[in-house]
Parts: sequence; structure tokens; C-alpha cells
Amino acid sequence: MPEPLSAPMVVAFPFTRSLGPVQSAFLTGLRERTVLGVRTHDDRVLVPPVEYDPRTAEEIRDLVEVDPTGTVTTWAWNPAPRRGQPLTHPFAWALVRLDGADTALLHALDAPGPDAVRTGLRVRVRWAERREGAITDIACFEPYEHPTAVRPARPHDGVFPDPVTGIIAPARLDYTYSPGRAQTRHLRALAAHRVLGERCPSCHKVCVPPRGACPTCGVATTEPAEVGPRGTVTTFCVVNIKAKNTGHAEGTAVDVPYVYAHIALDGADLALHGRIAGIPYDQVRMGLRVEPVWTDGGRYPDHYRPTGEPDADYDTYKGLL
Amino acid sequence: MDTTRDVAIVAFAQSDHRRSTAEVSEAEMLLPVLRDALDQAGLAPGEADFTCSGSSDYLAGRPFSFTMALDSVGAWPPIAESHVETDGAWALHEAWVKILTGDADTALVYAHGKSSAGEVRDVLSRQLDPYYAAPLWPDAVALAALQAQALIDAGETDEHALAAIADRNRTAAGGNPHAQLRAPVPAGDYVVRPLRTGDCPPVGDGAAAVVLAAGDTARRMCRRPAWIRGIDHRVEPHALGVRDLTDSPSTRLAAEHAGAFDAPLDLAEIHAPFTSQEVILRKVLRLGDDVPVCPSGGALAANPVMATGLIRLGEAAARIHRGEAHRALAHATSGPCLQHNLVAVLEGDRP
Repeated sequence: MPEPLSAPMVVAFPFTRSLGPVQSAFLTGLRERTVLGVRTHDDRVLVPPVEYDPRTAEEIRDLVEVDPTGTVTTWAWNPAPRRGQPLTHPFAWALVRLDGADTALLHALDAPGPDAVRTGLRVRVRWAERREGAITDIACFEPYEHPTAVRPARPHDGVFPDPVTGIIAPARLDYTYSPGRAQTRHLRALAAHRVLGERCPSCHKVCVPPRGACPTCGVATTEPAEVGPRGTVTTFCVVNIKAKNTGHAEGTAVDVPYVYAHIALDGADLALHGRIAGIPYDQVRMGLRVEPVWTDGGRYPDHYRPTGEPDADYDTYKGLL
Repeated sequence: MDTTRDVAIVAFAQSDHRRSTAEVSEAEMLLPVLRDALDQAGLAPGEADFTCSGSSDYLAGRPFSFTMALDSVGAWPPIAESHVETDGAWALHEAWVKILTGDADTALVYAHGKSSAGEVRDVLSRQLDPYYAAPLWPDAVALAALQAQALIDAGETDEHALAAIADRNRTAAGGNPHAQLRAPVPAGDYVVRPLRTGDCPPVGDGAAAVVLAAGDTARRMCRRPAWIRGIDHRVEPHALGVRDLTDSPSTRLAAEHAGAFDAPLDLAEIHAPFTSQEVILRKVLRLGDDVPVCPSGGALAANPVMATGLIRLGEAAARIHRGEAHRALAHATSGPCLQHNLVAVLEGDRP
């Protein structure tokens, strides 16, 4: 078994989310250095606020303002901050019950070290310099050991000019993708300009690309079977949407329209996908005989082109549609 | 729904859980596990009346990743199939309901997780509330550490007691050939204080499968079926600041509805990836020192995320299959700080 392939993979999304009336007021309030909560029908104040009472599921809209000072209800010292976390130097995670609130808010607490943090510690909000209407408008909490008169929550209409109605929450996760034994073998063969499938020990059909299992029998496949390289177009579509990074080794986009096809390679019992080129898009047809084309240094076929052979009889590929 | 129908776990199989399984795809990792479980039950691939799986796209970093794993079950002729985007214990719950409705007599349930592909601490932060919590990227250990500190402040445990929990689980795992950590590990440095390396689960890959069957079918498939006498799951608010982190009312309620407190237990397999969570679960499940907890080593010895809860059900069932227990509790959790909890009570027939 050769060394399995692996490659870095990044998944990143700018998640766009709309806000309801309560979340909108809360996040807009943060932009204006005002912390809002919501009062439940049994007179508890939830900060951060939600639109439905977590106990009764009743809709709640009764906004109140609480103080930007509060008390740590529990904490955890983070010696090695990770990407995306509020502070880049060691800090404490804390749940903070703001003065006037009955529930606690999760955020970072900037303190010189774990010895400076305890449950019951008095803290206050440190506002971010640039605020846009997001939880990160609170840069963090910081110790605030001043005696203050704790004020109860007071009514607030939640109305601000130019309210924030949505957030964009970027998320990025990094992975190392490992395709496993069967696909590693397949990809290595492709780089050597060979197409390798696997034969099912039960139904004897050849699957390409192979996944180590027969998708119909549910049994392991290990017997390699070379297929193609020539094959037959079983069905196709004409693509009119120009997409970034479509296919080409140079990373340039493929001109539209182009043809994307199911191709039954000779000797394979499963059709694979590929782009058809070297023929005008409106002349591609079912039964067209094609072969893969590797561009210089390409590790996989860039596209398939006509072989010039006569078209295949329908009966020879109808089972692979 | 015929809720009087008897449903049992009749087979259980799992992979060896390891730090990395880069050499196999999900389907390749699952195949031998499914084969093992189906063989125990005498079923061919695709023969179970219902198939249900648990996994998460966020672990794989790919959308609809469970469809790739489906290659390993034999989906031709077409099968009745479903998937839950959470721990396989909830897939088992769905399969149990399916059998209760009379739509199926047998079900294959499986789950897998390859945490090695990404950074599981960060990956799990994406399941948090996206407005107030997720933008801060609090990782899974950080949230568990907040809960651990709350327990310490409440006087319910301390760091020495937590270290003893870590030792007990990993010592027990010495008898479990599938476990990733099979001997005590050093307490180590703080990962997020008060949790040290030893208080945290290993990061690893693995898979598990069980077969469920009803009534006489179960008796035919298994010499001593593990009957599901009760199963229930409950969830708590997602906002951590609303919850009492030293308690788990959802576990307590699920246990009551599953009948966990109706008769003494011979053992409990609980899903506690962090030592501090075992403290809470023992309390709410009323597990005294007389009840062996996680003789398999539990999640502290092997934590293939998305399969760990299903493995608790499987381990408890396997002890009944082998005649080592008559009445066992199994617990699974999902979400931060024990947010969502499932409890099942399994029983063997009296000899």
C-alpha cells in the first residue's frame, strides 16, 4: 500500500444572517454602547436577549437596558488563544451577569493572569474602538473593582437610528483531506495517464472512480481493474453558467457554453463525469466516442475529446445511463 | 404506534479508535464495522428493513458527506434510509421509533467520525448560537472548562477528584481493545484551566454500528437480546448563561422517562468527554459507587465524535449479550456542556 494521499482543504463562508427585532435591537445597542436585555413575563431579565422565553416559549419583546458592569459567574483561563477568539494574548473565558440581568453573557475577560480572576469578580465592558453591530463590539470584559450602585434594568424602546438588521459572520475551518485507499490508488493511476476502477467481488461490476466499496452491494472492493481510456457519452448537458475555477489546470475559467457529460469508459460499469471539448458544444451527442486529455503535467484528465470512431450503439451503453 | 412492541439491540461492532485514519475513507472505515454487526445478526448488506446513520459534515468539511459513506451499506435494491446530523445515538432513537411504528422489524444503525481531518475544538464551535457565541470562537474545551469551574466553585469536585475520574476511566479501558487510550495518562498542563490534558478526551477517528430488531426476530438473531425498556432524550436552552451548568435537568428528565430510576442498575455507560461532566451525570443519574460506570473506559478513552454516544449504547448492550449484566443504563450527549441528552435503559431476559 503506497502512502495515502492528503491535501490541505479550507472551508470558508461569510454566513449572512438576518436578525429578528430583539437581536437587532441588542446588536444595534452594542454599536451605541448600550446593553439591552429582554424581560420575561415572570420578570426575569435575559442578557443576551432572545425572542422566546427559554422556559415557556412565549414571545418576549419587552426590552430593557442593563449596566455595562457585572459579575463573573464562572470562568476558565485560556493560556493559548485560538484563531478568531477575542484576544490574541492569554485571557479568561467568562460568563458575566451584567448588573440588572438574571442570566449571563459569554465573552472574553482580559486579566493579567489566572490569579487575577475569580468567580464573583466585578467586571465591566471594554468597548471595541470600531463597532458595527455585532457581539464583537464588546472587545472583552476587564476587571472593575469599584463599588458601584447596582441599578435595576430600566425600560428601553430599542429604537436607534440606522438599526442593524443582519450580520455577516465569517467562518473558516482548515482540514487535511485524505481520500483513503481506493481513491489514492485511482488518483495515482490518473497521474500516470491510466484510469483504474475496482471490481466488486459480489456483482463483478467495475466501479470508477472507486471508493473501496461497491455502492450497490455494500461489500469491500479491492481488486483493481483498468478501464478506458476511451469511452462513450451516455448523457450530457450544456452549461451556460461561467464558474470560477472550472477545470483548467491554469485555473482560468472555461468558456461557456460547454458540455458536461456522463462518460462510460470501456470496461466500466458506472459512468463518470467529465467535460467534453474539441467539438462544438451543439454537436455533442449520446453515443459519441471520447478519450481523456491530460494537459502538460496534469495529474488528471482536463477534458475528454472525440476519438473519431463511429458512435456507439445505444444498446451498448443503455444500462449505464 | 404499537408502543408495546419489544425492541432490542442484537448486535454491536466498533472500529479500533485511533488518532488518525488517513489511509481510509469514511466508507472504508465503516465497511468492516458494518460487516461485523450484520454478521452477528445474520443479515446481508441492504437486508435490514431500515438504515439510519449519525455523522457531521463539519467533521469531514464536506456537504452531504453521509451520502459517500452510504456506499458501504448496499443501497440496491433501494433501501429505506435516514440520517441524523448528530451522534448516532439519536439515529438509534429514530430507528427504534421506526420499529415501534411497525414499519420495520430490523434496523441497521451506524455512526462515524474522523476528527483527525480538522481541528475538532474549533469545528464544534460552529454548532453554537451564530449571533452571540459562535463569532467569539469559544472552543469545545473552553466551554467544558467553564462548566468545570462552576462545579469546583459549587464545591462538588476539585482537580484531584477530576484526575481520579480520568485515571479510573483509562485504567478500565485497559480491558477494551478498541480504546484509543488504554492506560492512565499524565494530568498534564492546563488546556483551558481548570481542565488539563488528562481531563479531556483524546481526538480520534472511529466508527460503530448496531442492529436493532423486534420481538421474535431479535430472539432469533441474538441468544440474549438487550431489550430497550425505555429511551428518551431532552434538550436545554442553547444559551449557556441561562443554564445552571452544575446541573443537567435534561438528563434527569430523560432518565425518569426512560425508567432509569425504577429498578437497580448493574452498570452505566455514560457519555462524558470531560471528567467534570461525569461528576454531573453521576449526580443526576443517581449513580452511586455500587454501580460500575463506563467499564469500557468511556469517552475519555476513545471519542470518535458522532459515534461516541452510540458506542455507549452498544457497550451496554454487549455486556447484556454476554450475560455480564442484566439491567444497564446508556447515556449519550450532544452540544456544549451537556446540552442535549439521551438516556436508554437496556435489559436482558432473566435466565
